[in-house]
Amino acid sequence: MTKPYNSEARLGKYLVGGPPFLFLLLMFAAPAVITVIASLSYPGEFGGLAPLVARDPGTLHGVTLETYRFFFSDFIYIEIFLKSVLMASATTLFCLSLAYPLALLIARSPKKRRDRLVLLVILPFASNFLIRIYAWMIVLGPQSALSRLINGILSLFGLAPVHLLFSSFAVLIALVYVHLPFMVLPLYTNLEKHDPSLLDAAQDLGANAWQRFWRVTFPLSLPGVFAGTALVFIPALGMFAIPEILGGTGDMLIGNLIKEQFLVTRDWPFGATLSIMLTIAVLMIAWLTAKLGARRYV
Amino acid sequence: MYSSRYGLWAAALAVYAFLYLPLAIVVAYSFNDSRLNAEWVGFTWHWYQVLLHDEDMLIAAGNSLLIALVSSLISTVLGTLAGIAIYRYDFKLLNFLVMAPVAMPEILLGVSLLLFYIQVLNLTLGMLSVLLAHIVFSIGFVAIVVRAGLAALDVSIFEAARDLGASPWQTFRHVTYPLILPCMIAGGLMAFTLSIDDFVVTFFTAGVGVQTLPLHIYSMIKTSVTPEVNAVSTLLMLLTLALILAAARFAPDMLKGKY
Repeated sequence: MTKPYNSEARLGKYLVGGPPFLFLLLMFAAPAVITVIASLSYPGEFGGLAPLVARDPGTLHGVTLETYRFFFSDFIYIEIFLKSVLMASATTLFCLSLAYPLALLIARSPKKRRDRLVLLVILPFASNFLIRIYAWMIVLGPQSALSRLINGILSLFGLAPVHLLFSSFAVLIALVYVHLPFMVLPLYTNLEKHDPSLLDAAQDLGANAWQRFWRVTFPLSLPGVFAGTALVFIPALGMFAIPEILGGTGDMLIGNLIKEQFLVTRDWPFGATLSIMLTIAVLMIAWLTAKLGARRYV
Repeated sequence: MYSSRYGLWAAALAVYAFLYLPLAIVVAYSFNDSRLNAEWVGFTWHWYQVLLHDEDMLIAAGNSLLIALVSSLISTVLGTLAGIAIYRYDFKLLNFLVMAPVAMPEILLGVSLLLFYIQVLNLTLGMLSVLLAHIVFSIGFVAIVVRAGLAALDVSIFEAARDLGASPWQTFRHVTYPLILPCMIAGGLMAFTLSIDDFVVTFFTAGVGVQTLPLHIYSMIKTSVTPEVNAVSTLLMLLTLALILAAARFAPDMLKGKY
């Protein structure tokens, strides 16, 4: 399309872009600003926020950094934060190691077969998010074939049976399960573009399969790896439904803590502060993966 | 070389099994004549009959369909406008506003909207608050599909329309619109699927005012797990599968991992 160059185009930009722009300014940007303000407020008497400007003169509340001080003063919050980062990192690593061979296979399949193989990755992910978590409740349940098999093997060695459900293990496996396609797709998009003659050249120069992978394919695929990392790490970090459904009492992540503040304890300023902390973490990951993904590795 | 190829196939098959087996078990147990999701006893339609007589479930399903229908229609219009404005006028700030709700963890959108509804708009949580929230995250998906559709078009047809004296509106009405209509439909179907499936954002913006299908499924999973959940899951899977495949007919690149 010809790029516009005059005032008519300027008018067009706001005429066409105006409605979605105004809608998102109101429904996305304004709530984000309110969250920042809420994190700097005092809690209200009956939950919610205390008014910034008091209605009667004796009760002026104003702005405070109290919730931020509180966050750093109690190690338990930092611990939950670190645990969430650890869990998201583990999820990303497992997704990467499962997705890589799959993406590589798809990228090296005949052209006609590729689309179908990709479709097979996307389809299960089109089913409802809760259903995919619920599926693991069944698979890991105490009566399930998997549980009985594992506990059968454990009893052979005289070991006590384990509970698979309501554990960190269950949380991790479901985190990997729901995020796996987000790793496969960017990896595949990257691997598909590799020039096969590079591998032929490496082989002619005497590189074995192992060397060809680690010195040609893998470094070239790093932008795809970092793109996938962002797509997996960011939603995994803010996850609250999976620990809620599959986790035990000790498996609380940052998302659960936020939910707790908003819906249970009703300490909204602290909940808003935790949201800001999570946002900062997300922005850092997004910035880092974008920067690493844009570098040249070969 | 061949041995590494077999190794790759074995690994890939294992991953496909990991993706499909849990869902296959959910579907299989929806036909199982047992209250426990533990082992196969015999075939039954019982759980589907239970489902059809579960009034709460039907009300929740009705709400979900209504919200999905209205939110996908509105986000198709807003998302198409956004896709055009971003592609044609390089509207960077709009691009950020459209993509940010898609890229960030859903819980952040959920709680910020909750704060906004209660503290600023003084809105009672219910159908309307959920509807508006769904539009916020759906616009981006429509905009992505429409923008990709525009980028795939041949630039010269717009120049031709202009040279033949078409006004910007005529160019849109008679050239651009018919060409991007399939993308709009595909984006709209995506938005419908996203809305009917959404749990996290709905969880924070529904309050006690409205029950949707995912919220109802969640409370069932949390309290009493019965194969009725399997039955509703199976039906919901069929619905989303049909929607996704329909969307892919209109925008074939969508299911090829191209976006």
